[in-house]
Amino acid sequence: MTHLLPPEFFTATVPLNAYLILSAILFAIGACGFLFRKNIITIYMCIELMLNAVNLSFVTFSYQFGKVDGQIYSFFVMVVAAAEAAVGLAIILTIFRNRNTLQIDEIDTLNN
Amino acid sequence: MSPAAFYPTATDYLRFLPELILTIGGVLLLVLEALTGDHKDKSKLGYLAAAIVVGAMFAVPVALANPGASFNGMIVSDGFAAFFRMVTLLVGLFTLLCSTSYLSREKANTGEFYLLVLFSLAGQGIMAASNELIMVFLGLEIASISSYVLAGFLRDDKRGSESALKYFLLGSFATAFLLYGISWIYGVTGVTNLTAIRAALAAGTSAPSMVVAAAALMLIGLAFKVSAAPFQVWAPDVYQGAPAPVSGFLSAGPKAAAFAVFLRIFQTSFDSLSSRYEPVLWILALGTMFIGNFSALWQSNVKRMLAYSSIAHAGYVLVAVTTNSNVGTAAAMFYLAAYALMNYGAFAAITHLAGRHETHVTIDDLRGLAARQPVLAALLTVCLLSLTGVPLTAGFFGKFYIFKAAIDNHLYWLSALGLLNSAVAAYYYLRLLAAMYMYEPKTTDHPEPVPGGIQLTLWVSAAGILTLGVFPGLVLDYANRFATFVK
Repeated sequence: MTHLLPPEFFTATVPLNAYLILSAILFAIGACGFLFRKNIITIYMCIELMLNAVNLSFVTFSYQFGKVDGQIYSFFVMVVAAAEAAVGLAIILTIFRNRNTLQIDEIDTLNN
Repeated sequence: MSPAAFYPTATDYLRFLPELILTIGGVLLLVLEALTGDHKDKSKLGYLAAAIVVGAMFAVPVALANPGASFNGMIVSDGFAAFFRMVTLLVGLFTLLCSTSYLSREKANTGEFYLLVLFSLAGQGIMAASNELIMVFLGLEIASISSYVLAGFLRDDKRGSESALKYFLLGSFATAFLLYGISWIYGVTGVTNLTAIRAALAAGTSAPSMVVAAAALMLIGLAFKVSAAPFQVWAPDVYQGAPAPVSGFLSAGPKAAAFAVFLRIFQTSFDSLSSRYEPVLWILALGTMFIGNFSALWQSNVKRMLAYSSIAHAGYVLVAVTTNSNVGTAAAMFYLAAYALMNYGAFAAITHLAGRHETHVTIDDLRGLAARQPVLAALLTVCLLSLTGVPLTAGFFGKFYIFKAAIDNHLYWLSALGLLNSAVAAYYYLRLLAAMYMYEPKTTDHPEPVPGGIQLTLWVSAAGILTLGVFPGLVLDYANRFATFVK
């Protein structure tokens, strides 16, 4: 089987900084999405994106140090994110049942 | 290191006893809840939960009698942790006492409420005692996830679910910032233990700009949690929409725990950065006081007004944090204890006065309260006077020690502007008092009797406020003794 890509592609390593920059970009996309998107589900997905950006940076640092603790931390983050998802989606479901909308702008009963 | 070194010892468990009792008690309640029938009144579970909290309170001195780090330095049992454990447990006890009658009135007296309070308290206890950034994160999330559900516990109530949604979204957003900061600290220093971070930063081998960026990210996350300006936007909506006993809980308990984390991280780990973050905290403190107090002036909804007032009180505590001194830490500790008493007392009164479905929560609804229910009015007055900072109340000494610490540390402008703020704050608390004492009642119906749990909460908080207002040393001596961290 012949490869379409040159052999160097498979042996060259991606510098670690690239992962950290990717993590920062993901985090920024998540934060911006949180601030500017209107659909509650999308907003929640943006938070998950931010948490995954954190995981990526934990794993990168862990690899850099040659220690496993950073990878273990990323598991903690995943478990907590899962617990948060369970509660969060239940809250979003309640909102939808009470109001028939998922647009964040329309959820403004308070302060009237 | 041999594997045996990782096994926890008996002392480790004793240092962690309050949280153990809360967790085991919470799981026990979960089972009991499922065993009791669906349509029974679950008030008894509430009393059991209150007993578990009292048990945890007795475990706090046990933990304090065995000071030191446990679970390989993850948790530390010291006087500072014991103090905040006690404050959060007291707030939790008040919450349980006030919510049994509240939930029966709202026909939502299912047992889950009580165990969620216990789990949230366990999380807050972990926050108070954590000596490790990952433990801080876990404690924060245990406390927060339970609180999100508590805020939206009345799930058919539009206001409650809106409050839960906003609390959940903003809370998770804040956690993400805190966590990103933690990951950078880990990346820069290679450790997550607070004392180890301190040593690593003091060695000065790590890139300073990265450390500052990481500290800033963590500061954003924590500022959200203590509702410091400009990250306070969630607080008014959440406290207004949540059930009244939960609003009191959220505005006193998790906030005290978040301040405990704030103080511990910034005075242990980031001590070497203090000159850099002091101006930031200065602005945060000032902005929080101004936004809280000036927004509270225009509110007609009492719960929303108390929400803004709780933001302002966070601002006063931030003044103490800005001093970055042991005196300031002690002042913050005293203030948070006093604040827990006076704020929860006010919310307890509102819990009763709001009536079914919380329809009577405006200032006008308080009119003539003194004529109709003089005892309730008097107890609420004590809480409001303490929130104002009138002498002979705990609130007065709280503010006094904070501004004294600020002046001792040459923060003259901050103290002056803070005192100006307290004067402004007097206006909106006095509005409530005026409504209670200077107007005729709107109705002549016979007032509903105050439920026993709410009465007990009000009496305990009023007695605490007056006792601390005459003998502040009872708490301040303790705070002064334990305001230094194991560095």
